[in-house]
Amino acid sequence: MNRRFINKDALIRLVLLLFALSSLLFLFTIFVFILSEGLPLFYKAGVSSITLGMKWAPTKGYFGIFPMIVSSFMVTFGALVVGAPLALACATYLSEYAGKKTKIFLKPSLELLAGIPSVVYGFLGVVYIVPLIREYTGGSGFSILATSLVLGIMVLPTITSISFDSLMSVPAAFREGSLAMGATKWQTVYRVVLPAARSGILASFILGMGRAIGETMAVIMVAGNALKIPTSLLDPLRTLTSNIALELAYATDDHRSALFSTGVVLLVIIMSLNLLANFWVKRRVSR
Amino acid sequence: MRINPRHTDKLMSAGLSLQALFTVGILILIIAIIFIKGFPYVTAEFIFSYPEDMGRLGGVFPSIIGTIFLGLLSIAFATPLGIGTAIYLTEYTKESTLTRVIRFGVESLAGIPSIIYGLFGFIFFVIKLGLGWSLLSGTLTVAIMVLPTIIRTSEEAIKSVPKNLRTVSFSLGATKWETVTRVIIPSAAPGILTGIMLSIGRAVSETAAVIFTMGSSLRLPTSIMDSGRTMAVHFYILAREGISMEKAYATALVLVLSILVINILAYYLMHRMIARYS
Repeated sequence: MNRRFINKDALIRLVLLLFALSSLLFLFTIFVFILSEGLPLFYKAGVSSITLGMKWAPTKGYFGIFPMIVSSFMVTFGALVVGAPLALACATYLSEYAGKKTKIFLKPSLELLAGIPSVVYGFLGVVYIVPLIREYTGGSGFSILATSLVLGIMVLPTITSISFDSLMSVPAAFREGSLAMGATKWQTVYRVVLPAARSGILASFILGMGRAIGETMAVIMVAGNALKIPTSLLDPLRTLTSNIALELAYATDDHRSALFSTGVVLLVIIMSLNLLANFWVKRRVSR
Repeated sequence: MRINPRHTDKLMSAGLSLQALFTVGILILIIAIIFIKGFPYVTAEFIFSYPEDMGRLGGVFPSIIGTIFLGLLSIAFATPLGIGTAIYLTEYTKESTLTRVIRFGVESLAGIPSIIYGLFGFIFFVIKLGLGWSLLSGTLTVAIMVLPTIIRTSEEAIKSVPKNLRTVSFSLGATKWETVTRVIIPSAAPGILTGIMLSIGRAVSETAAVIFTMGSSLRLPTSIMDSGRTMAVHFYILAREGISMEKAYATALVLVLSILVINILAYYLMHRMIARYS
């Protein structure tokens, strides 16, 4: 009888292991299919003519996505400039200053901000931010500036919640020690707590970048989708993600492959960012 | 001139709380705009009637049904896998290279942007498996997408169940599986439900991954092989193609309201979980 129990438990363990392996299987399948659709074109057209090519006319044999790579990084940087300081301020306020009641209200609010669909952000960007820019500067309003503002708000929750976690993991003894030496609260936060949480905060910025560079629908709506390297803050642009979403529905043959190639480039960027963030978080843990 | 540290302290304290307030202000502003602009157009007729003329007239009933089906079906796939994974990682194994690899896989899945899921679902489910633009293709794609959320929240919930509950269960002669199903899962239920609610929220608000797998047919989906248009996709098309501002705001209101209710429910459950074990 005892033996039967052991067998049943072993069987359950096996089934659960298979469940756990399913995530790896999915990840593997995603990679295999994106790569198998996207890589052949790199052989056919050449890696540099795609990643460094300036001209995108996929039905005529031009697959250059360099302007989109540059644009993606530009708006991602813009999103960080807009979102990161505000997010860090929120995280600091939440972990160091906010009372219990404020926290209970503030934290879910921030996460609610993350829950709002990206199409809604894009829509509000088109209806309110784009016309505002158009009015003050002329031009179309669809621009790096508009995209950065919208993305900046969208990365707020990501950066805030990860920075908050890393601030919370700073031992209370650090703060007590500093306050006991006669430092003010702000001196403690600025000189002790923030430096101690530095690696986690950096990781939060990188993950925020990942969120911004992967965002699609909101970007399509406010970026203007022009096919050149933007030279000013008010120029329209097309990112890697919007390139895929704009054309996938009707693309065929090499055109479709080119969109998967765009996906491959995006995937490589995202995985590098994730590994980088992971590296920083790991280092914090080992310290 | 040296500024008195006490003044800096007061200034920064005020500055930080202002910025936090500003952020909450953004959230309130977004919700307020959608409510004020959308409210006049959300009527019972809008919710229960079919769209006409590409959505210029009529309502969003098929989109609401499509959204509900997508949300429920995708968690029906993802929940057993997610909870199973969480149980394996927390109860059935020690930290090892294998668990690190599995965790890395889950983290990576969580980091993949939705447009990549859209590309994958499109080539794999829609084309290679021949499922076409259908509720099933959309469901499977979204299920993979929300899996990391369910795994992570379930893992956190299971970890927060006190050790002595397990010890007592074992000492009464229960097997590991009996302990898991009768003691641990019921105790962790609110936390696990939080993950499920958040996943439904994600499915409801998703556009990029859904539009290329489930398609954008305006008809009411009557089987899982039918194409359909979720509210988020419908809203995107209304807004992007400038079909109707009124209907766009109204759809946005229904969408944001659902997200609000789902998320608030999720936090309520999480709160109960925390209250239970701290």
